[in-house]
Amino acid sequence: MDQKIVLEASGISKSFPGVKALSNVSFALRKGEIHALMGENGAGKSTLIKVLTGVHERDEGEIRLSGRVISPKSPQEAQALGISTVYQEVNLCPNLTVAENIFIGRHPRKRGLIDWETMNRESERLLDRLELDVDVRQPLSHYSVAVQQMVAIARAVDISNGILILDEPTSSLDASEVSSLFKVMRKLKQEGLGIVFVTHFLDQVYEVTDRITVLRNGEYVGTYETEQLTKTELVSHMIGREWNETDAKAGAAKEIPTGGEIFLTAGSLGKRGSLHPIDLHIRKGEVLGLAGLLGSGRTELAKLIFGIDKADEGTLTISGEQLADMYPQKAIQKGLGFTPEDRKVAGIVGELTIRENIVLALQARKGLFSYIPLRKQKEITQHYIDLLRIKTPSGEQKIDNLSGGNQQKVILARWLATQPKLLILDEPTRGIDVGSKAEIRKLILDLAATGISILIISAELEEIVQCASRIIVLRDRIKIGEVSGESMRENVIMEMIAKGAEVYGDSDGIGA
Amino acid sequence: MRSLTSKISHNNIIVLATLLLLLVLYGSGAALYTGFFSLQVFLNLFIDNAYLIIVATGMAFVIIKGGIDLSVASVVALISMVSAALFRQGASAVIVILASLAIGTLFGFGQGYLIQRFRLHPWIVTLAGMFLARGISFMISTESIVIDNPTFVMLSQHKIYVWEDGFINVSVIIAAIVVVLAILAARYSAFGRAVYAIGGNEKSALLMGLPVAKTTILVYTLSGLFSAVGGIVFTLYMLSGYSLHLMGMEMDAIAACVIGGILLTGGFGYLIGPTLGVLCTGIIQTIIMFQGTLSSWWTKITIGFLLFLFMAFQRLIVMRKEKSTIPISKNQPKFENKVVNL
Repeated sequence: MDQKIVLEASGISKSFPGVKALSNVSFALRKGEIHALMGENGAGKSTLIKVLTGVHERDEGEIRLSGRVISPKSPQEAQALGISTVYQEVNLCPNLTVAENIFIGRHPRKRGLIDWETMNRESERLLDRLELDVDVRQPLSHYSVAVQQMVAIARAVDISNGILILDEPTSSLDASEVSSLFKVMRKLKQEGLGIVFVTHFLDQVYEVTDRITVLRNGEYVGTYETEQLTKTELVSHMIGREWNETDAKAGAAKEIPTGGEIFLTAGSLGKRGSLHPIDLHIRKGEVLGLAGLLGSGRTELAKLIFGIDKADEGTLTISGEQLADMYPQKAIQKGLGFTPEDRKVAGIVGELTIRENIVLALQARKGLFSYIPLRKQKEITQHYIDLLRIKTPSGEQKIDNLSGGNQQKVILARWLATQPKLLILDEPTRGIDVGSKAEIRKLILDLAATGISILIISAELEEIVQCASRIIVLRDRIKIGEVSGESMRENVIMEMIAKGAEVYGDSDGIGA
Repeated sequence: MRSLTSKISHNNIIVLATLLLLLVLYGSGAALYTGFFSLQVFLNLFIDNAYLIIVATGMAFVIIKGGIDLSVASVVALISMVSAALFRQGASAVIVILASLAIGTLFGFGQGYLIQRFRLHPWIVTLAGMFLARGISFMISTESIVIDNPTFVMLSQHKIYVWEDGFINVSVIIAAIVVVLAILAARYSAFGRAVYAIGGNEKSALLMGLPVAKTTILVYTLSGLFSAVGGIVFTLYMLSGYSLHLMGMEMDAIAACVIGGILLTGGFGYLIGPTLGVLCTGIIQTIIMFQGTLSSWWTKITIGFLLFLFMAFQRLIVMRKEKSTIPISKNQPKFENKVVNL
């Protein structure tokens, strides 16, 4: 260790009710390095950042800033200590000028009044340092998210005392914007700043960082020199499983229903800043899997198909009819169903009963003015409670009272009640117990057997391999390949994700 | 070129539009009616609307912060009522003024505290405040009370000559001071800038370390204080206290802000705006007065129409702005240059 450690966290633990978010995590940031913090979703990256910046208070452990123990209790306090953070979403005020966004809260004064001249001049100097040429007198909203991100960094750098935390700053930037950001990061590093860089883009980590600390399930896995760690090793550290050629547990050999007619086709469907154009097609009765790390564009793709986000290029064809635009109501009318990733936020309506939750989508499809008689509603509810084996005393229970697995089944029932032709399941088994997981996976296969097409998204490769008959692999918002049949094995997919290449499988695509 | 277009863009284009409207209205009034283009008619605009200018300026801070204050008109009525009642008890002018200021400030602080502390919606809290203040004035008396305090009468009738025969009064001076102070505070004080920041994005303001809670409470306190000053000025103007004074004037204040280019969504606008807005409505009123045959409701109809126009105009500007963001490097390809590293 020739370099001085500026920020050190050791033995950090943090629990939330029912969850141990961090246990005994250590982290050390050197002067003049860019240090990546890696881990899958839920690994504890953001919790660690929040502990470091005073958003959460730690339960155990200590944080040392240049050797001195600190315990920031709010972001302001952390800022005052010289730890400044730039978040994924720009936390600035779009209505104020660029200069003011850099200086608000600490305006330069002249005779008690705010000195705009000095402020503008100083801002220009700061942005010059980041090689950013913008008119500081313009409102921030005048500029793109990338520029706004840079302004946020300029502010953070000016406040900071040697430590800068960048929490997924690149997720809304495109390639050229990312490269200018990296240029700035390297420059700041040379000036001696220690930078913590949180991201889930593997390529970016290898492009810009010096060291990598990996977290998994709230635990510290290790800190590695970037140059000495291969991507394959990194991914296996993140996922927590070694793989090799002998670990070739293929998914139950499923025949690929090539005969079935194609239900949905996406041609170069994409959205700037969200997803590179992607081609895919789903046949009737087919289970298509989307694999990739979190943030690889899986959910984004599902949202484009269902019309929650508007695609800005490409075409979408359903049952041979090319659709000019897509929005959820239309998607439902066309026979699509979507169970979102986070059922608490976007799926269940906790205050309503199971029955009410189930008939929601059906009602939406029928239009608000054709009332479904209560007797009919009860019939439907009972039908699905039996079919999906939802454990509840009655359909009139509040859905909040059910376990996660049963809630997930209710959401499935909601869409099944609309008799969909294609169900998009985003993380259908996240956060539910093993037994229910197996049950839901079996249900998915049963449903497909009845002729429903299913698009399943899951971070658990095992689940995807088990359920899907064909898998599309995404990485950094690009489709990097497709696997089916023999090559549809966990280790193959992992390797594809790590290497970012079409190692196996048929190729119809991008890059390589 | 760039500096010229940047000087007349964004929020000041609305203020410029209001200014233009003001000139057109005044010009047409002057062209249509003899006697309209006289100094005193112009100065009367200020004399008649001094209270509204003050109240609307206070309102402007609230709206820029992203809130609303519906209680202002009731507070003005309450102040007029309390003043009249105190004078009837034999209180001196100084005591009445101090009491008025204290009541307005406390009232505003109370509302601000409730809104901030309990995360209540300002519409609800200030609506309650509106009923409360109006109710208290009725409790004091349901009758109109005439004020004959010599100091107030003297202040009310005192003419300050500005140019030959043209005169203004004390109220106009007070309004001018209030507006100038408000403009300075909005542009050159940390409080003013925090108000804009919170109106722009409250969460960001908090993360940037701004005193959001304090500023929120202060904004409503300030609105209460401005209402009190407006109340004193209005009492001087009417020389009476009456619980039915100025029913619905809070909407006039909001309308003045909107016409003056202050966006109801918060974060935008200049503090001179409300004054311009008030002058616009004042001129419309004067024109209708000069016209002679139109009912005074035509003022409301015209203002209603203007409001629609301005809201649409503001929205158009905001929508255009959302479209025209400048990327980090111009003329870049959309996606093609992202290479897949192998």
